[in-house]
Amino acid sequence: MFRTRPDHRPETVQVYVEGRALMVPEGSSAAAAILIAGLPAIRETAVSGSPRLPWCMMGVCFDCLAEIDGVANRQACMVPVAAGMRIARQHGAREPQR
Amino acid sequence: MSLVPVSTPQAPRKFDLAIVGAGPAGMAAAITARDCGLSVLVVDENPAPGGQVFRAAELAGTDPALARDMAPGLDLIARFRALDITYRPGATLWMLDPDMGTLSLSRLNETLEFVADRILLTTGAQERPMPIPGWTLPGVMSAGAAQIALKTAGMVPSGRVVLAGQGPLMWLLANQLIRAGVLPVLVETRTQPILRTALEQGGIFSGLAQLTKGIGLILKARQSGMRVITGAKHLRAEGSSRVQTLRFEGGFEPCDTLLLHEGVIPSTHISMAIGLEHVWDARQFCWRPKLDVFGASSHTRIAVAGDGAVIGGWEAAVATGQLAALDAAFRLGRLAGADRDFRAEASADALLQARALRPFLDALYAPSQEILAPPEESTIICRCEEVTAGSLRWAAAIGATGPNQAKAYLRCGMGPCQGRLCGPTVAAVIAEIRGVAVEEVGHFRPRAPYKPITVQELAGAQHGADRIS
Repeated sequence: MFRTRPDHRPETVQVYVEGRALMVPEGSSAAAAILIAGLPAIRETAVSGSPRLPWCMMGVCFDCLAEIDGVANRQACMVPVAAGMRIARQHGAREPQR
Repeated sequence: MSLVPVSTPQAPRKFDLAIVGAGPAGMAAAITARDCGLSVLVVDENPAPGGQVFRAAELAGTDPALARDMAPGLDLIARFRALDITYRPGATLWMLDPDMGTLSLSRLNETLEFVADRILLTTGAQERPMPIPGWTLPGVMSAGAAQIALKTAGMVPSGRVVLAGQGPLMWLLANQLIRAGVLPVLVETRTQPILRTALEQGGIFSGLAQLTKGIGLILKARQSGMRVITGAKHLRAEGSSRVQTLRFEGGFEPCDTLLLHEGVIPSTHISMAIGLEHVWDARQFCWRPKLDVFGASSHTRIAVAGDGAVIGGWEAAVATGQLAALDAAFRLGRLAGADRDFRAEASADALLQARALRPFLDALYAPSQEILAPPEESTIICRCEEVTAGSLRWAAAIGATGPNQAKAYLRCGMGPCQGRLCGPTVAAVIAEIRGVAVEEVGHFRPRAPYKPITVQELAGAQHGADRIS
């Protein structure tokens, strides 16, 4: 659960988190957008299905793997938001592409 | 059948010096190298220069929660931005061939390849893992992660916020959160006494400016009404689908967000993957590349500077970046040895000054054994493959002599992070079971690609694709 501070970061970008439109501060990462959206998890682990949210936010831990604009296994913390970006949770391992 | 379009083969662009990372060390090295007339390439995974300490400084510079901490970085960033160099932000290095001097990167689904006569790694630090029971629960994150969220997006955790652990960053983050309107509770794991440690380690007078800043942060947080619990042991995060409580010996704190921190260690993923010789730092409990005074490594083409070389903070990083750039100019025949040594003096002096307080800080915030090697069997060590301390102890008991054997037994370090996060813990647990020093059990040997790439990105590489093992 995170909140933004629009008084100090007024510029925003519209993204879609799990299909829902959301305004997030410019400079946010896709992982930050998920935290702002308040999702209970960004992914479920491939081994036990446990829920996870980002741990490090700097590209080390890979706990923020998500599907961004249709591409799975992206490190959401390393992807800056762009207008219209679609960010979705990843359930377990990446699905084979059809 | 559709074919993936690949770029037509052409020789990669060549530079005198390639710098990996645009933090304080990388920026300072680029400035000095340009001053010596070298052609310079800087690649960085982040979208803007600054590293972690000055992350998004150009955006955050006007945020009252951060402005004073970002100010020193803005000048460095402005000087870096004005350089006549090739700067590629948002580019992820997935393969470095030290013998050929080739760098393979992916950037916006495109593959970039460059060649350089000298390569300087300024890949910075990462937080030491803090594997307590429940640390994988949603709502638990590293303190650095919350700080990055604040720097990049101005966002703060809502509800009850607890900081747990130790280190200078905790007090800095506490102050930044307070300025942003969040009053956290600090549960400190520090066990070393301040005064005695100071007297034993020294450096207090030469490091007076840093010490004054640190004490100022502590006083300010306390004046703002932040509750501080000291000497906390046996920490555990509890909650069903999300963290609800931090429990410790003799107490507990309800929380909606729990931020953990036990100091920082060099990010050695790439330096280890390319086979540089590393040494065990018994004072900072971490591996670091073996380097000479100019940052030159065991490989003739490669140097390392900044916190990726040894933890020292941003001012030390600037100095080591300058030293490595001067040495690059010397090795490329663009600067006489005497000139290099003459120009190095100012940086060496600055380095000494910047490191004055380190022995004190390292001793004061030495992590306890229960943080290095979690005692409880069910505690997850490898977050990717969900390997527990108990199963790792079993593997060590039946013959896994080091992290690479344990990886084959249990898959720890074989998940997407490639052991970046669990490496130190895996080694410490095996060392404990074998009854030997951590340096004796060794470390993971990471391999390229350093980060996942798509087949399309691999196909776009002329060189890196052939050399992947």
